[in-house]
Amino acid sequence: MNKCMAFVKKLTGTRLFLPIFCLFLVLLSNLIKTPGFFEVSLKNGVLYGYIIDVINRASDLVILAVGMTLVVAASGGTDISVGAVMSVAGAVCCFILSGGQQTVNEFQNPYLLGVMAAIIAGILCGSFNGFLVAKMKIQPMVATLILFTAGRGIAQLITKGQITYIRVESYKKLGSSIPGIPIPTPVFVALIVVLLTYVLLKKTTLGVYIQTVGINSKASRLMGINSTMIIFLSYVFCGLCAGISGLVASSRIYSADANNIGLNLELDAILAVALGGNSLGGGKFSLLGSVIGAYTIQALSTTLYAMGVSPDQIPVYKAAVVVIIVALQSTELKRMVKRLQTERVAGKKVA
Amino acid sequence: MIRIDTNGSENDSLNGGKVMKKRFLSVLTVAVMAAATILTGCSGTQTAATTAAPAATESKSDAATTEAAKAESKTEAKAGDKKEIVVGFSQVGAESDWRTANTESMKSTFTEKNGYKLIFDDAQQKQENQLKAVRNFIQQDVDYIVIAPVTETGWDTVLQEAKDAGIPVIIVDRMINVSDDSLYTAWVGSNFLQEGYDAVGWLDEYLKKTDRADKDINIVTIQGTIGSSAQIGRTNGVEEKMKDHAKWKMLERQTGEFTQAKGQEVMESFLKTYNNIDVVIAENDNMAFGAIDAIKAAGKTCGPKGDITVISFDAVAAAFDSMIAGDMNVSVECNPLHGPRVSEIIGKLEKGETVEKIAYVKEGVYPADTAAAEKPKRQY
Repeated sequence: MNKCMAFVKKLTGTRLFLPIFCLFLVLLSNLIKTPGFFEVSLKNGVLYGYIIDVINRASDLVILAVGMTLVVAASGGTDISVGAVMSVAGAVCCFILSGGQQTVNEFQNPYLLGVMAAIIAGILCGSFNGFLVAKMKIQPMVATLILFTAGRGIAQLITKGQITYIRVESYKKLGSSIPGIPIPTPVFVALIVVLLTYVLLKKTTLGVYIQTVGINSKASRLMGINSTMIIFLSYVFCGLCAGISGLVASSRIYSADANNIGLNLELDAILAVALGGNSLGGGKFSLLGSVIGAYTIQALSTTLYAMGVSPDQIPVYKAAVVVIIVALQSTELKRMVKRLQTERVAGKKVA
Repeated sequence: MIRIDTNGSENDSLNGGKVMKKRFLSVLTVAVMAAATILTGCSGTQTAATTAAPAATESKSDAATTEAAKAESKTEAKAGDKKEIVVGFSQVGAESDWRTANTESMKSTFTEKNGYKLIFDDAQQKQENQLKAVRNFIQQDVDYIVIAPVTETGWDTVLQEAKDAGIPVIIVDRMINVSDDSLYTAWVGSNFLQEGYDAVGWLDEYLKKTDRADKDINIVTIQGTIGSSAQIGRTNGVEEKMKDHAKWKMLERQTGEFTQAKGQEVMESFLKTYNNIDVVIAENDNMAFGAIDAIKAAGKTCGPKGDITVISFDAVAAAFDSMIAGDMNVSVECNPLHGPRVSEIIGKLEKGETVEKIAYVKEGVYPADTAAAEKPKRQY
């Protein structure tokens, strides 16, 4: 009995317990109204089911959340330009592949060139943000506000204000699936990004450096860590993630829709970091927490669709669930619970 | 966690000269930043406007520099001299083929040849920019202001200013919501309610043609952004006319926010919840494209030869491609060619006649079987 209690205590004590718990809570709530939520079948050689939708559709957000986590951890600020950077990356890729035309049925330039250009565009945007934040010491929110507002304008300029369509089967593969592989491609992309980042942070000292800089950038500088460089790199990495995410989003709709690619996704990415139990003040961070946070957000949207909640009420439900999840994870709530417990124990003793 | 306020602690130990230097640096930074913001912000607008309308930008600078001269010319015009009519047009921004066609229609109507001078402003999807543009128009003392509003609300103040200046305002496309109707002279746009009626009318005919008139029909709707005029009109239009068809059942409505990605996501969900969908109504073409992808991914077929009938709205060029490819059944037109209608109204106002408050543009229904023949005739 005691052993069991100790195990439960250890389990609930781990950092990722609450985020995972919340994710499961959201998913399991479907059993009430949509019993078939967890059914998975094979359609056209691709896995098909609500749960696959969650994993598939969350991919863009997962990739963004990875970059956002590092930015938050290193600089204690957020990059609000990621949605706009996604749109720039999509626009650059489609512009190159279409050769400037509005709709094409075959690539005008090699596919890889378009992808590389989009990723480079993402990195450039990230460098711009990083330069402003790390070197010029501008507040992250203000610095990234520039691309937040200008990014979509740039994307509009590249696409000449039109939706550029790339009607080529191979362009759609990144956003849908590759024949013969039953899992949608975006899932793999997200998995690769998460794994590579995880290995990079764990196998090198980069993860520790980012935490150190986030906790106290001056102290870490005195210790010999180039804190400016670390912050700069975290923004560059965030830009890279936004670029990749933009490619996936653009491939899903085989076009560059400058107005709508990644619209409001920067807020979801920040929310994912918060839902993952990370402090938005920087410092200690959990990459996997953010990833779980991202899946929770998508699970929530898909759940609301599956339940047939009327569209004008969806934001209310979303807000309510988010408030509950964030409140569950707040340290103040834990303290309150603890205080109640000690009071009860004390009361028992007196009695 | 210990946080050291870098600026504060350093300043304490610094001598005056360094403080000065530091202050200078910070001023410089702010200046650079401001410049950067202005540059990035402006270059967007500027270039967008330039690429879209070289002529318009030209006339804009003209108007700004020779304001006095223009005011003079206006009085001349009012004296009966056949002088050009200056029209300020604030467009939402370039967002789709539809919007571009709308802009083009205005530009090709309000030409110097037709006796107009058009001052074009691209608001880049922001109402603030539109308010600014309208105030600029008032300052430049244009003869007419035409607005394609980004949002329905928030127009009272600026339209009152226009009214006080005696400039008639014509609203195009989306409706506005103001406390006082007299703040605008006329509205030109689509009858979204009628579009909804047309969609149901087409479906009725189609079902009769395919001998399904007495069968149960299950319908799902992918709605536009909740609260937009197009969404409200189309949803209500369909709902009203559906009452005449007892056998038709609306299974569910959900918003796809007018985007292809969301349309696909919503359709994916519909297909999993219901396996007996006969008809999909997508409230714009982009969402219909997304829905078609979702239908195909679910192993079903759509279009005239498929299991699911796809009804869409707007009828943009890409919709005709989709119909020719056999994916979409019908698209109900949302006509962007507002220019001639606005010009007609201005003509009447110039003659001192009264105009109708609400003027609808003509709109058609384009089913798949005529798509190939119609496409070359389309202007957008």
